[in-house]
Amino acid sequence: MAEFTLPKNSKIQPGKHYPAKDAKKPRTFRIYRWSPDDGQNPRIDTYEVDLAACGPMVLDALLKIKNEIDPTLTLRRSCREGICGSCAMNIDGTNTLACTKAIEECPSGDVKIYPLPHMPVVKDLVPDLTHFYAQFASIKPWLRTQSAAPDRERLQSPADRKKLDGLYECILCACCSTSCPSYWWNGDRYLGPAILLQAYRWIVDSRDEDTGARLDDLEDPFKLYRCHTIMNCARTCPKGLNPAKAIAEIKKLIVERRSA
Amino acid sequence: MSTKAKDLRNPLKRARGLGSAQFGVGHWWTQRVTAAALIVLGLWFVSMLLGLLHADYASARAAVAKPWNAVLLIAFVIAMFWHAVLGLQVVIEDYVHTRWKEIVLLVAIKFIAVLSVLACTLAVLRIALGA
Repeated sequence: MAEFTLPKNSKIQPGKHYPAKDAKKPRTFRIYRWSPDDGQNPRIDTYEVDLAACGPMVLDALLKIKNEIDPTLTLRRSCREGICGSCAMNIDGTNTLACTKAIEECPSGDVKIYPLPHMPVVKDLVPDLTHFYAQFASIKPWLRTQSAAPDRERLQSPADRKKLDGLYECILCACCSTSCPSYWWNGDRYLGPAILLQAYRWIVDSRDEDTGARLDDLEDPFKLYRCHTIMNCARTCPKGLNPAKAIAEIKKLIVERRSA
Repeated sequence: MSTKAKDLRNPLKRARGLGSAQFGVGHWWTQRVTAAALIVLGLWFVSMLLGLLHADYASARAAVAKPWNAVLLIAFVIAMFWHAVLGLQVVIEDYVHTRWKEIVLLVAIKFIAVLSVLACTLAVLRIALGA
């Protein structure tokens, strides 16, 4: 059966508390901590941060904690402007990018920060995305053609280019896939919203000539049809995209090529 | 996780798995077609039941025996059990991850549904054909 409770060695324990001294505008952050090296259960550490001396985003607070309070806090970050997808994590119950989530947007009370749900944890807020990336590779996410390569670019009409809007913006941060219960229970075989949106990005591309093979590869009870239109993906996407719609379009195309 | 033995296979091997079944659209489409049928048949079934609210046994029996009622009743039973099996199949595939239990359940619900359809159909036919 699907497991609904955490295994014993994953149960979260209370952690350390780091109070702020003389803070003008204190805000408490409760952060998931786990290290593969110390043999301990995960714990929640509590940090008080002075927002008067901190940038506006959750990532600013995390980096302030790492730089000034606790250098052992481990997280991924790179571009700090919502284009690399590295700092995807679960903030106040929703998967999003720490760099584009304002601290003020978090409802009053403590800000709770966990790694992306239901992924193996490498350390603290760093999830293991190996399988997610391998699934992306499995859909062969590049232009596949039969015709000979032209001497110049493969052209595309503005109308056809417009079909890629809402798809090409995906940064593969994995917020959607790790918010999807179907991906939690069957992520070993279900491709998940992010990868299916990427698959549709190539299916709908007017320059790609392998549409049939792409649909063949997706038509599978687990790879595609584990999507039950739960819509967590669209709700959580930090880029405002709608993977559920892309998945619905794939299902429609597979129906379209057969008899009713 | 660190406790897991190191897997020497490339992650792509696991992601590609056994490949696509190239199958599944039939299930998806049939689930929607039976759902559409059940909207119409369900409304008809409820309205027929409401019409029989205070009827005695003999008039209920006479209503079922009417040819159109008998045909629609059998259609309702088939569509309902078909749709139920398709839905239960999804639930089992989602949550039952022990392979043998999954297969036993998937086969069992099909047997139960077919037997139920046959029993219901026989009951309607016996009334309709006046046995």
